[in-house]
Amino acid sequence: MASQKEVLIDPIFNNNPIALQVLGICSALAVTINMATTLVMCLAVIFVCTMSNLAVSLVRNRVPTNIRIIVQMTIISSLVIVVDQVLQAVAYDISKSLSVFVGLIITNCIVMGRAEAFAMQNGPWLSALDGFGNALGYSVILIGVALVREPLGSGTLLGYEIIPTVANGGWYVPNGLLLLAPSAFFIIGLFIWAIRAWKTEQVEEPEYEIAPNGQYKEAI
Amino acid sequence: MEHYLGIFVRAVFIENMALTFFLGMCTFIAISKKISTAFGLGVAVIVVLAITVPVNNLIFNLFLREGALTWAGLPNVDLSFLGLLSYIGVIAAMVQILEMVLDRYVPVLYNALGVFLPLITVNCAILGASLMMIDQDQTFAESVVFGLGAGVGWALAITALAGVREKLKYSDVPEGLRGLGITFVSVGLISMCFMSFGGIDI
Repeated sequence: MASQKEVLIDPIFNNNPIALQVLGICSALAVTINMATTLVMCLAVIFVCTMSNLAVSLVRNRVPTNIRIIVQMTIISSLVIVVDQVLQAVAYDISKSLSVFVGLIITNCIVMGRAEAFAMQNGPWLSALDGFGNALGYSVILIGVALVREPLGSGTLLGYEIIPTVANGGWYVPNGLLLLAPSAFFIIGLFIWAIRAWKTEQVEEPEYEIAPNGQYKEAI
Repeated sequence: MEHYLGIFVRAVFIENMALTFFLGMCTFIAISKKISTAFGLGVAVIVVLAITVPVNNLIFNLFLREGALTWAGLPNVDLSFLGLLSYIGVIAAMVQILEMVLDRYVPVLYNALGVFLPLITVNCAILGASLMMIDQDQTFAESVVFGLGAGVGWALAITALAGVREKLKYSDVPEGLRGLGITFVSVGLISMCFMSFGGIDI
């Protein structure tokens, strides 16, 4: 049985849902253009992931295996509906700019994946921790990407200007590419590179080794 | 007619599900190692999208929209908050039905698609397309074209990525970037290529 600390801390760097498990990339990238929406998205995912893992874990012994997907889906979508309604009531502007991506938390593979892989086998407390930890790992990457994209793309952070742009009489010419879709892919790719340079055990095995050059030796 | 062609081209190229909206990314990255499987999955996504988006459009307009239940004598009922739950239900049910129909009538296609069919339920592109359709308030005919276009665009993108990855495995990539990292960078480049379609308007 994994200790509580491991379950909570592991997903942040050692077993990051985005960088290693390849889960939940879908909704991750589009919301990172600015920090405010990113933070809201992270909070929403943390809430949904923790609560859904808790709920799935509580009912895990009563649900027949062949309808478990539907049950998980229903739990998750009910939670997302709650989040969506709360957002519309409390932070209407942000909920508008997140548009469809709040709804897409339902199909966020992190929520589904953790419910299926962890919460179905473990007790409620550990499952809630696992959901929380994985959502944190997701948030770390998202916030990291937003930290690069918002300042370099529009010169602001959380709406406050930190690099004076040319348009406002400063010196920085904003890099428009960072506001567009491709930049998010590059940044995540580089993030993965950084994490793997630090945690070398995550490096994937190459499918093909390039054979050493034998002719070179013969020539000598 | 032109209007519908415009929606189609928009959905395929300019507003490509995978490359501009990052939808369906998990499957997009996970199942793009071989062209043949990527293409099979692409076809499955086209079929499912072309069916579920119009069906969800009907459900929204006939049951959930504010005032839609007038025919049942309930003019003041607004059920749109139940949207998410019903769309995902429709998608799960549709995928299940499609699986059974294919198994019965087109076993060749069924065997080719194999495990991908059930996976499609949790593909964000499917739910995403339905939500966008609601967001843009499309009519039924528009939603048919949009669903089809979104599917074709997604299939095109995953096949292109699979093509790149098949070649990529022979190249000598820096250690930490190997596998997932370089895949992301390639998707970024493909996505930049697709951006050059921006501005095309029919």
